[in-house]
Amino acid sequence: MQRSLGGFAGSALALRFGVPLLAVPLLLLPLLGASAAYAQDTVKVGLIMSYSGQFADTATQMDNGIKLYMKQNGDSAGKVKIELIRKDTGGIAPDVAKRLAQEVIVRDHADLLGGFVLTPNALAAADVSAEAKKFMVVMNAATSIITTKSPYIARTSVTTPQLNHTLGAWAAKNGIKKIYTMVSDYGPGIDAETWFQKGFKDGGGEIIGSVRFPVANPDFSAFVQRAKDSNPDAIYIWVPGGAQPAAIGKALAERGIDTSETKILGQDALTAETALKSMGDAALGIITVAYYDYNLNTPMNKDFAKAYDGEFHRNPDFFAVGGYDGMHLIYGTLQKTGGKTDGDALVAAAKGMAWESPRGPMSIDPATRDVVQTVHIFKVEKVGGELRNVEIDKVPNVKDPGHMTQ
Amino acid sequence: MTSASVAGPRDYLQAQMRWRWGEIAFWLATLLPFSVAPDYLLLASQIAIAALFVLSLDLILGFAGIVSLGHAAYFGTGAYTAGLISKWGWGEPLTGVVIAALAAGLFGYVTSFIIARFRHLPLIMITLGIGLLLQETANSASWLTGGFDGLQGIHTWPILGRFRFDLYGYTAYGYALAVLFAIFLGARRLIHSPFGLALRGIRDNSQRMRAIGAATHSHIRTIYTIAAMIAGAAGAILAQTTETVSLEVLGFQRSADVLVMLILGGSGRLYGGLLGAVVYMVARDQFSGLNPQYWYFWIGVLLIAVVVILPNGLLGGLSLLTRRAKAIS
Amino acid sequence: MPPVFGVLFDGIAYGMLLFLLSVGLSVTLGMMNFVNLAHCSFAMIGGYVTVTLMNHLGWPFFATLPAAFVGAAAVSVLLERVFFRRFYRASDLEQCLLTIGIVFVSIAAAAYIFGTDQQPVQLPTSLRGSIHFAGLNFAVYRLFLVAMALIITGVLVVTLEMTRFGAQVRAAVNNQRMARGLGIDVDALFAITFALGSGLAGLGGALAIDLVGLDPSFAFTYLIYVLIVVSVGGLGSIGGSLAAAMLLGISDIAGKYYVPAIGSILIYLVMTVLIMLRPAGIFGRR
Repeated sequence: MQRSLGGFAGSALALRFGVPLLAVPLLLLPLLGASAAYAQDTVKVGLIMSYSGQFADTATQMDNGIKLYMKQNGDSAGKVKIELIRKDTGGIAPDVAKRLAQEVIVRDHADLLGGFVLTPNALAAADVSAEAKKFMVVMNAATSIITTKSPYIARTSVTTPQLNHTLGAWAAKNGIKKIYTMVSDYGPGIDAETWFQKGFKDGGGEIIGSVRFPVANPDFSAFVQRAKDSNPDAIYIWVPGGAQPAAIGKALAERGIDTSETKILGQDALTAETALKSMGDAALGIITVAYYDYNLNTPMNKDFAKAYDGEFHRNPDFFAVGGYDGMHLIYGTLQKTGGKTDGDALVAAAKGMAWESPRGPMSIDPATRDVVQTVHIFKVEKVGGELRNVEIDKVPNVKDPGHMTQ
Repeated sequence: MTSASVAGPRDYLQAQMRWRWGEIAFWLATLLPFSVAPDYLLLASQIAIAALFVLSLDLILGFAGIVSLGHAAYFGTGAYTAGLISKWGWGEPLTGVVIAALAAGLFGYVTSFIIARFRHLPLIMITLGIGLLLQETANSASWLTGGFDGLQGIHTWPILGRFRFDLYGYTAYGYALAVLFAIFLGARRLIHSPFGLALRGIRDNSQRMRAIGAATHSHIRTIYTIAAMIAGAAGAILAQTTETVSLEVLGFQRSADVLVMLILGGSGRLYGGLLGAVVYMVARDQFSGLNPQYWYFWIGVLLIAVVVILPNGLLGGLSLLTRRAKAIS
Repeated sequence: MPPVFGVLFDGIAYGMLLFLLSVGLSVTLGMMNFVNLAHCSFAMIGGYVTVTLMNHLGWPFFATLPAAFVGAAAVSVLLERVFFRRFYRASDLEQCLLTIGIVFVSIAAAAYIFGTDQQPVQLPTSLRGSIHFAGLNFAVYRLFLVAMALIITGVLVVTLEMTRFGAQVRAAVNNQRMARGLGIDVDALFAITFALGSGLAGLGGALAIDLVGLDPSFAFTYLIYVLIVVSVGGLGSIGGSLAAAMLLGISDIAGKYYVPAIGSILIYLVMTVLIMLRPAGIFGRR
């Protein structure tokens, strides 16, 4: 057993020694088992996500999206069968994520990496993808620099600048002149603040004040009061998903902010389904920017949402669609390469790939390998007695502005 | 542990210092992963790092009685120091570990003045508070620490110019294991010295120690500083072998994990901590591989089982069994 | 009135919630020195009882609150009989490990049974909205929370000061050995107190949902805040827990309003400084 070399180096050796030493069995070379350079029967995808801990729900939704895609399209992509290997990082743990990426390649002989809920974990695994030359599909983590860390990464979710810059520009164009921004004081929040303010200011708006709250913040009244004191046209909010969207939504109502007078702008998680249920009518009128919501009124999405609900008894969200489209990319690239799994072939196949997703049309930018998609603007309205995100505007073909400054 | 048959304190200590066959077997066994389980070398390297971290906690908890819920503060200080040095251009690992350990030791020395003055619950809460404050500060100072995304741009040079950090983890495990062993030897020497005995006295009855004239506060400060240095070294090795550092190296989760590992293995025995680290990390890896979503459940069951069946941790239980076996035979 | 008073009121309400979550732990830790890190698991159980009864069985919110109390208390009685009573004389570290194990099991069980997403709760209309008074808005739910906490504090104080049972509890907290020597059945007393404390935590957990949400990681997340309240307030002291919870709630809010830049570290800084100045807690005994 060749212990000292892994699959990707071993294949080169097999080729070099196979030819002179084995003349007759040359005909049998294509059948010589698990080496990366040849079309295989089974392609293993290492899914590295935070299945347990604080971010478990995100991973659950992503995994559901993945499972649904495989159910609808079978577990074969063209000539090859797809096998998933799931690894749990337990939350934010880049050292663990890196080790799991290495182990899944070296020990389990995975051919591709997928998943990635959180940026620090994705960045750590990117090093492994670059060194081992493995195709890596980021299905959630949203920081721009991720795709620059390895030439083998493609992303099917979104980038934070893509959403927030678009919202800022939209706000400036739609009659909002003075804004107060409030974000969580950590990477994604600061990223969102930077790009929202840029989009808004470039469109002619004025930022009259801003505040950052601590990451694990249970109580928002103080901050909301400060925002109210400054008398803005609108308040921009960025909080991570979980308990905080509902908490801040309620704080806004409790401090007496009327959404018809002071518009509330935010990103997708602010009006996620459970947040809306908790906020109740306090949520009416909140405007959010998102790349997906289960209420999108297209036939493809209606089928998708129905199938998802039937299978998992809950509505899909943007995490789920990130997983769903991630699998689509994996299937699509494998079909294009005829089952070849080396990183260069798969990345070349991914570049420029375009398809219709439940979120709308999307494609992979050949220059940056990042996602290009339609960005939707939603408003919370009462539809049939229930609170829903209703699309009020959209901006098609949005590329990641974060890349353009690099 | 009675010393009825020993002539005097120095002879007692000499007797303790002798290497037992169990210890030699243990250290030889740590070489096994190289040949028997090379697929698990990366896990092994992280176990070695965890073992070093647990060792540092054992010195203050098991031997000096200081329960800390914030020990990750020193681990994280070491990790960030090593990461920053590498990012700023000096990626040599061995000197990096030394510098990181010194930085963590300095922070430990400063905080030890506070630590030495408190016991029991107030001490636990103060260590917790220090850890949480440091983590929040590191998040705010994202211009230095990289904040949530973590420190980028760490590149570790090959050890002694020859051993590159490879994808399989041979170098990582060899490095971590070597540092663990070297520091372990030092800790062992320290424990079986008059200073070590004084520490145990402080742990068991600090008032009495003061009554006989032992300088309890300065002893506590010394061992705390040493433990901080060792924790910093562990953090530095993690930063160097994984080339990543993020805020969770300072987090409550890490402090809680290391405490659990130490109690699981049995505190106050040096080897207990090492054993606890091995068992906990392997169990976690295996359970999470089998059931990525609910492995927490099985870890919880393991912890409850150990407490119920084996008081004083795994090593405590083992020594009880061997004593009973000897009594029978 | 300047708007800061509205904000301070919110801080008081939040502090009251922390008090409800912590008071049980303070008394049991003070009486029996039993380190129960699984205290917030009971709070979580109470929360899930409320959610299940409301969302799946259609119970009205007010009716679920006593059920949350009873549910959490019942689970705690079971755990106390099976596990905890064997560990009263064990070391702190063993108690830590045992209760951390229980926390892990409870989190996994909650994730398995209820899923990992946030549990929404729809308050009855009587508790929604806010009241306008002196130019400020006061959320009705927070007023309700403050009222509940004051009522419970009243009940606790009356029980402790004016009943025989309360006298026995105070005796056991003050000097356990002496209390045993006088013939007080401290073990039975502790079982009852433990159940009551856990029940209160369950009630706190149910009340917390609307304010801070509920998901399986609740058991771990709020543990830190509860430990802070208990240690700052002093073990075994109800007044101490109340004072500490108020202090922390208000300083947290005031800090975030006036100096948001240090808002996140203020609560830890206040705790560390207070414990250094008064190691036994504000009203602590030791």
